[in-house]
Amino acid sequence: MAKRIGMEVSIAAAEAVALANVDVIAAYPITPQTHIVEHLSELVASGHLDAEFIPVESEHSAMSTCVGSSAAGARTFTATSSQGYALMSEICYITASLRMPIVMITANRALSGPINIWNDHADLMMARDTGWVQTVAENGQEVLDLIFHAFRVAEDHRVLLPVMVNLDGFILSHMIEPMILLDQDEVDRYLPPFKPALRLDPKNPITIGPVGMPDVYTEAKKAHDEVLKNSKAVAVEAWKEFGDLFGRYYHPVESYKAEDAEHIIISMGSISETAMTAVDAMREAGKKVGLVRIRLWRPFPGDELIEAVKGAKTLTVLDRVMNLNGVCGPVCGEVKSVLYDSGLRPFVKNYIAGLGGRDVTVENFTEMVEKVIASAANGGSMGYEIINVNE
Amino acid sequence: MAKETGLVSWKKLELGIAICEPGSASKLKTGDWRSARAVTDYDKCVRCGRCFIFCPDMVYARNEKGYYEQNYYYCKGCGICAHECPVDAINMVQEGD
Repeated sequence: MAKRIGMEVSIAAAEAVALANVDVIAAYPITPQTHIVEHLSELVASGHLDAEFIPVESEHSAMSTCVGSSAAGARTFTATSSQGYALMSEICYITASLRMPIVMITANRALSGPINIWNDHADLMMARDTGWVQTVAENGQEVLDLIFHAFRVAEDHRVLLPVMVNLDGFILSHMIEPMILLDQDEVDRYLPPFKPALRLDPKNPITIGPVGMPDVYTEAKKAHDEVLKNSKAVAVEAWKEFGDLFGRYYHPVESYKAEDAEHIIISMGSISETAMTAVDAMREAGKKVGLVRIRLWRPFPGDELIEAVKGAKTLTVLDRVMNLNGVCGPVCGEVKSVLYDSGLRPFVKNYIAGLGGRDVTVENFTEMVEKVIASAANGGSMGYEIINVNE
Repeated sequence: MAKETGLVSWKKLELGIAICEPGSASKLKTGDWRSARAVTDYDKCVRCGRCFIFCPDMVYARNEKGYYEQNYYYCKGCGICAHECPVDAINMVQEGD
């Protein structure tokens, strides 16, 4: 039977990876991800987990080792953050292109510079177009459940792509939370043993990772794009089965009091819990406010998002990252893109919030939504703004 | 100008464009790259086999008499064999001459 635990989320995440019967872990420590792989190394050293733990000299080597391990047919895991992701990013594109079903946790942290170890979504957004499936957790329970889901989706033969599970650094990684941890029988029922579709085997030699000349590169990209888009249906199916087995149902996009809402906040990650408290407060004050949270970031769930926001007059879109492009944040960019295709024309305002560990409060959400409602009424700008910046 | 499309349909590519036929690189006609070809003067050749050893491709094969003969399907004209030949038996001859 599943048991209720009170545990630091990083430690519980490592326990979940162990329950997933991982074969190989190759990792390099980096704040705030370190506790996850540190605990996995303890589990391997103490004999509780029968796996290879390969300590490497850098994140570039960590992901390279993972590619080799996965190509040999082993269930493979690693974790990283921020600069570690930046260093391994060269291999991350290759991991996806080679269709290696590796699972990685990214404990989200700001990117330098200035150097900053605290939470925002800079690493997640650096990874956004690498061809990985990406999910974003709101709380500790979701972290655990998304880990099992990640292996299930990654290794599905209709997908065979790496999956990144994102959790907010410190805010989730270092928080002690009450969670329900599945037991081994339950995990085994949900997650069958890894059966590679292709693997390195001296008896049946193949070449993995040949050069893609101009006569095949376009077709390789097309095949990758199609499989990434189609992975959404598999992710949804795997969440449905998880819910049927264990009672916790997940969807690509979650709505909170959004069904009849005129004003909707769109967010991702742990900040959504604060947003829900703000929605409750605004509802009590008589405003029809709701929240839509994106859980499946890649592939982007455009249809589900449109369905969730179709009745709204205004959208307040949060981006927990400063992508320096002079247009808008990455979440807002996707939202505006799918809105345009859908024909819906709500008033959309983008707020950049919570950079490099800065708190975003319930009052901030109230302030943002009120400003958006006022702007929509008097023809204000739909451009982006940074919240809580000291002028 | 003809439209440039791929060699195969994206639907028929192996997973991650893996190559599942062992040794298929031998089909690659590196001879197409050549601007000069290695030609051996068998009156000078001492059958030492250095051309065979140093050739980075699969150009040289030993015949019944112990001489090494070129397969121009693979000769990319790099000239390493000519450089390494201890008796200067190999000359690089310009294609088209």
